[in-house]
Amino acid sequence: MKSRQSLAGVWMAVVFVFLYLPIVTLVVLSFNASPMVTSWGGWSLRWYEALTHDQEMIAGFRLSLAIATLTACSSVLLGTLAALSLHRFKRFRGRTLFVGMVNAPLVMPEVIIGLSLLLLLVSVQRLFGFPERGFATIWLGHTLLGMAYATVVVLSRLQEVSPSLEEAAQDLGCRPLQVFFLVTLPLIVQAIGSAWLLTFTLSLDDVVLSAFLSGPGSTTMPITIFSRARLGVSPSVNTVAAITVAVVSVAVVAASVLMARAQRRRDQEMAAAYRLG
Amino acid sequence: MSANALARWGARALIGAPMLFLLSFFLLPFLVVFKISVSEMDTVFFRDVLTWADGLITLKVNFANYFILVEDGLYLATYARSLGYAGATALICLLIAYPFAYCIARSPSERRPALLMMVMLPFWTSFLLRIYAWKILLADSGVFNQMLLALGLIAEPIKMMNTPFSLVLGMVYCYIPFMILPLYATLVKMDLSLLEAALDLGATPAQAFWRITVPLSKNGIIAGFMLVFIPCVGEFVIPELLGGPQTLMIGRVLWDEFFGNNDWPMAATVAVVMVLLIIVPLALFNKHQAESHARAGA
Repeated sequence: MKSRQSLAGVWMAVVFVFLYLPIVTLVVLSFNASPMVTSWGGWSLRWYEALTHDQEMIAGFRLSLAIATLTACSSVLLGTLAALSLHRFKRFRGRTLFVGMVNAPLVMPEVIIGLSLLLLLVSVQRLFGFPERGFATIWLGHTLLGMAYATVVVLSRLQEVSPSLEEAAQDLGCRPLQVFFLVTLPLIVQAIGSAWLLTFTLSLDDVVLSAFLSGPGSTTMPITIFSRARLGVSPSVNTVAAITVAVVSVAVVAASVLMARAQRRRDQEMAAAYRLG
Repeated sequence: MSANALARWGARALIGAPMLFLLSFFLLPFLVVFKISVSEMDTVFFRDVLTWADGLITLKVNFANYFILVEDGLYLATYARSLGYAGATALICLLIAYPFAYCIARSPSERRPALLMMVMLPFWTSFLLRIYAWKILLADSGVFNQMLLALGLIAEPIKMMNTPFSLVLGMVYCYIPFMILPLYATLVKMDLSLLEAALDLGATPAQAFWRITVPLSKNGIIAGFMLVFIPCVGEFVIPELLGGPQTLMIGRVLWDEFFGNNDWPMAATVAVVMVLLIIVPLALFNKHQAESHARAGA
């Protein structure tokens, strides 16, 4: 029994090393003084300094940040509506099609989504003269992808919520909208928060959809990174990676600590309420 | 308007908004792609399938691209290779992730959230940058080769980059969280008293595992396999950064037809055939998702 447990421990350690080794390597090498990425030339911050003058990367970052913020908002809005309809209405015309269309973007290869959306937009453009490819079209593509993820996250939370809470509110005379804003929304607000963060990072990271849907002058940060990484390894990409890792780790750890705390508080309140009742 | 009618309109609006969005930007684009795949390309613009001339509507469908695709062995070989690499990736992910997810599911319940967060953390970090990291690790003068050379284990660098090895490694690395999470979800819900019963009735641990644990985690295996396999078939970024000349995949072919040759009908044809190839796994995945929604909702 003891040996099996230590075997399990070893396997988990091996997988975690596999998951984290590339990330740690990038962070360490971002402090490499040598312009040759793979040969160590001592510690240095010179590539971080160089990044502050990298206009292409900075402009790309600004654009990506704006698109990601809008994408997260629109995906969460549409995803929450989709999750609510799937949760509330078990039977309606077109439900199978609806479920299929919500889930397919999760696995559909991005080249297909990108190509088909672009060909649609080009056809529309030929008929009506708009839209131009750029900010708005990238936003649209990212929202399509983000909405699918947001739906899954919000729907799985909705399924954990006990229906008796909403029924109680209804019995006590709440109108449907009041039930939603006073009972349902507070119960799923954490899931909505996670979905927002998830779709934000997805958008900030997307290459393929952005490449299909971008126009001249709308080069996002991942497109810049991708075109540099294609040519070979580059110190500028390492520094971007290290900064990303730092920001993401802090944000994810902080968010999960806050959420765990809120959850504990809510559980305590619920338990107290049950004791009273 | 009565309260009932109001509720009905509310329901329609609730379902209608996301539905309309998906119909216009997910389903309609596919129809456009199909239409373009059977259109001809005239210089820059493609001619319409339906034309209106002299009071007659003519339907002109051109399957020439499909014939080219079937006759040219290069396309078929590329499809086969993409399916093969995607299958291998999904299988390797399953072999690594199953024992791993099992260990997390059976670890003390207060430790599980932290372990799961450690699985998700790399997933939140840029996908693109993590693939790029393997370029540094696997290059001829990369970190691994330098370490092996320094240890004296090898005399000259091993070629790891731009090979099937680096491609599959990169895909396994990126997609493995999609295998771990559904497996974990089914394994953690499993009723452990079933295993105890089997052991009490004289089953060996191996028998109990194969005849109880594995069948009960079937849903997680299917979901994980599809979540890895389907996107890998059309993967573009990983083969582009880590693959080589022998690992040409269909996502790259589509990209080149579109951006390189500007042959939109051919790119559309490649996409339609790719959708046809993944439609069965896609249907399986959708069925599984719908069932898990129904189960959880019940």
